[in-house]
Amino acid sequence: MGADSFILPVLTLWRRELIRFWREKARVLGFVGSPLIFWLVIGAGFGDLAFFFPGALTLTVMFSAVFSTMSLIEDRREGFLLSVLVSPAPRSAMVIGKVLGSSTLAWVQGLIFLIFLPLAGLRPGVSQLLILAGALFLVSFTFTALGFLIAWQMESSQGFHAIMNLVLFPLWMVSGALFPVARASSWMQWVMLANPMTYALAVLRRLMVAGALNDGTPGFTTSLLVTGLCALVLLAASTAVATRRREGSTA
Amino acid sequence: MTVTVEQVSYSYDDRRALEDVSFQVAEGQIFGLLGPNGGGKSTLFRILSTVMNPSSGRVVIDGHDTRREPAAVRRAIGVVFQSQSLDRKLTVAENLRAQGHFYGLSGSLLAARMGEAMERLNLTDRRGDLVQSLSGGYQRRVEIAKAILHRPRVLLMDEPSTGLDPAARRELAHYVQELRERHGVTVLLTTHILDEADRCDRLVLLHQGRCVAEGSPSELKTRVGGDVVIFRSHDPEALRTAIAGRFHISPKILDGNLRIEIANGYRFVTEVVEALPGSVESAAVHRPTLEDVFLDETGATIGG
Repeated sequence: MGADSFILPVLTLWRRELIRFWREKARVLGFVGSPLIFWLVIGAGFGDLAFFFPGALTLTVMFSAVFSTMSLIEDRREGFLLSVLVSPAPRSAMVIGKVLGSSTLAWVQGLIFLIFLPLAGLRPGVSQLLILAGALFLVSFTFTALGFLIAWQMESSQGFHAIMNLVLFPLWMVSGALFPVARASSWMQWVMLANPMTYALAVLRRLMVAGALNDGTPGFTTSLLVTGLCALVLLAASTAVATRRREGSTA
Repeated sequence: MTVTVEQVSYSYDDRRALEDVSFQVAEGQIFGLLGPNGGGKSTLFRILSTVMNPSSGRVVIDGHDTRREPAAVRRAIGVVFQSQSLDRKLTVAENLRAQGHFYGLSGSLLAARMGEAMERLNLTDRRGDLVQSLSGGYQRRVEIAKAILHRPRVLLMDEPSTGLDPAARRELAHYVQELRERHGVTVLLTTHILDEADRCDRLVLLHQGRCVAEGSPSELKTRVGGDVVIFRSHDPEALRTAIAGRFHISPKILDGNLRIEIANGYRFVTEVVEALPGSVESAAVHRPTLEDVFLDETGATIGG
């Protein structure tokens, strides 16, 4: 048991997600398409395409990341992951491999969305774009880890959709995607600052907009740290739930 | 003993699935768990394959306790699930390579093992095919190739024959025999198919979560007294009363037919037909099958 027994499962699961995606190209369009339309309609309606851009980008990445973990619900009970579960591969390797794979896909879709930056009148420099690409990967990774944690504990995809609609979408709405923190009432400002998604969005917004932001958006370093911390916590929690084996009831 | 199952019970929140099941599997045996669906086989399989822990009791495989040393057990077992554990969007070779990686195999060693497994299961010319393009029989072969890639000491198979046509079943039986003979692999399988159970060295009969009988197929069959005679009649109740009165035995009625276990069944048929002319529509005699054993032990059928 060397380092290979950890790295090999990670790489092979990562690669598997990419191969599967490549063989089902129709999936790409769906995830970029709907947030794009959403952004154009809302942005054009309020006449502020630039403001709504980071929110639409976050939505793209969130949809893609969270939904690509939905396959876990079946995969672990009667599919490919069953054979990982009965193999000696560490559970942490299984979690990291799956999360890396799905987050790479979400990331690529986020990158595709960046093509529309000039349409919003946003023109970050090359170095800023590179940092943006890096930050986008972190955000994708965090959302995927969240998706993993939810999906692993779900019995059906209906429950998964319910969580998406009742928890994730509302969190996105109060993340600064639709209105900036400074414009919200004071209790809403507390809600927004307590919402981890606010920081993921802030990382992206701060990298896209050139000058200073005076709309209550959290600072870049703070936002990056909060998002990174969330990623680690979610990854650890996902590993913990995936390591648990079903115990027979003793009643 | 390669596998020891000791007083294993398992309860789901609302029902008891296994009750005090114990048995042992010796090295190199092909050992079957026979029973109807819902009899507890799947639950036991999930415990043996380290997916679940028992409520009480323990399972030791190749010297390791499944609860306390799952990693060591996992290195010793190869698992063929009833549901598909292949990625349909990947090719045969891609599935096998991924499996090798989960066991820390890579490079030329993995390539050699893949070549060997594919050759043994006659998959070499399908290595580049997507799994979804293969027939059910081929897919099951890939599952087995996958399970033996790391050369496990114990192969666990959940309902391996289910969903296969007779030719594919024979092929499967052949591969399993070969694995045992050439590599001394111990095989533990669950089944509700009589042919498959007949090919096992030893069987445990599971019914409603309990182990109701254990032995080799022929041992189990000798428990049934002599032959099994089945009479069909338009009035089975009347025939039963008549036979009971005349021959001092009590036939059972099963699915509207009379069922009698008796030595020298052919002679008995003649006697009945002569003694009670016109009351028998048809008669059949057979040597006891595992279905008869199961029926005797539980009063229920396996229903394969």
